[in-house]
Amino acid sequence: MTQVTMIVNGKSVTAEVEPRTLLVQFLREHLRLTGTHVGCDTSQCGACVVHVDGRAVKSCTTLAVSCDGSEVLTIEGLAKDGQLHPMQEAFREYHALQCGYCTPGMIMAAIDIVNRKGTQLDEATIREELEGNICRCTGYHNIVKAIAAGAAAMGAGEFRQAAE
Amino acid sequence: MYAFDYQRPSTVNEAAALLANGSGAKLLAGGQTLIPTMKQRLASPPLVVDLRDVAELRGIDRTNDRLVIGAMTTHAQVAESAVVASTIPGLCNVAEGIGDPHVRHRGTIGGSLANNDPAADYPAAVLALAATIYTNKREIAADDFFQGLFTTALEEDEIITRVSFPIPERFGYAKFPNPASRYAMVGVAVAKGPQGVRVAVTGAGQNGVFRATDMEAALTNAFTPDALKGISVDPSLMNSDIHGDANYRAHLVTVMARRAVQAAAA
Repeated sequence: MTQVTMIVNGKSVTAEVEPRTLLVQFLREHLRLTGTHVGCDTSQCGACVVHVDGRAVKSCTTLAVSCDGSEVLTIEGLAKDGQLHPMQEAFREYHALQCGYCTPGMIMAAIDIVNRKGTQLDEATIREELEGNICRCTGYHNIVKAIAAGAAAMGAGEFRQAAE
Repeated sequence: MYAFDYQRPSTVNEAAALLANGSGAKLLAGGQTLIPTMKQRLASPPLVVDLRDVAELRGIDRTNDRLVIGAMTTHAQVAESAVVASTIPGLCNVAEGIGDPHVRHRGTIGGSLANNDPAADYPAAVLALAATIYTNKREIAADDFFQGLFTTALEEDEIITRVSFPIPERFGYAKFPNPASRYAMVGVAVAKGPQGVRVAVTGAGQNGVFRATDMEAALTNAFTPDALKGISVDPSLMNSDIHGDANYRAHLVTVMARRAVQAAAA
């Protein structure tokens, strides 16, 4: 067993884990943060996307021990004081989900796009940047619309810091 | 995934010592190939040596006429680097086209080269640019480094530390990605520089990345897409699988080579 300490959604957590524990297992099974999903488990679908030190990564393809000392942000860390993050709100507003399984990864990827590319995103950019996220309900149309709107709302709003 | 021991050294020497003693220990760089491979139980190293904290393996620098990239530099860092953009802009495009954004945030140039996947992008760029691969023991020319499918000149306890690229006059890369995996069905890198014109092809050959010497000769005469008209690689040396047969891949090599020249000229 190896000790890991990381800051998850703003709170410091320390645990003893087997080195083979994936970050997604650590989040779901140790911390009971089950908002992060395992879809394909082969680093293709993006349902497991979380932010590590401000960058979107696939938590099914990251060891928890490799995140020792890191800051991790999951879907549970977005809403503040009972108010949805603008990107979550946009997904709701634009009905950007059908079954909802890919949604946490989509939203974490969307916020990462905004962090890297800014708040004014055109459709081509969004579609290209969603390369690593798969929706098997094939609901991409509304997802793309929601990300454009959510990005603009992040630019306009006071939630800027919630992106990190 | 089978259980393993885990170490996270902070220097190359410490990492090398762990490899020497570990018998079968594996280096973990970005983990974007190693972790999936271990999850599938295709690899079960007794010890994983995480290079995350080895600061000397990071960074991008220009020194005189060369661009030097540390082995643990991620694809995203190369894609976003102002130093790379001002020296070999086409290399930013190579990095930007690998996998997807999340993979690019963790995958590294050293990991990609050490793995030498026959459909990976970096091997083509490194071979076309006649880069030098530095390890903790020696320096290896790209021409000597790649030795077939998932095979390199690296010894068991050897660690890539950095990659040094001579700055070319022109460099371009074009790939036809597999629509599902985004690995190259065919990727062609073309460079014109101090080493002459070099053309390297990934994804297509049965034996991994290779140089297309007929194309190099034609482009030496005239560095234009049209110089490649009528020149094709030997289909009998190409991969044939469910994604495309050998003739299709051979055809794609010429198409991608023309686009790479176009990209290099832009």
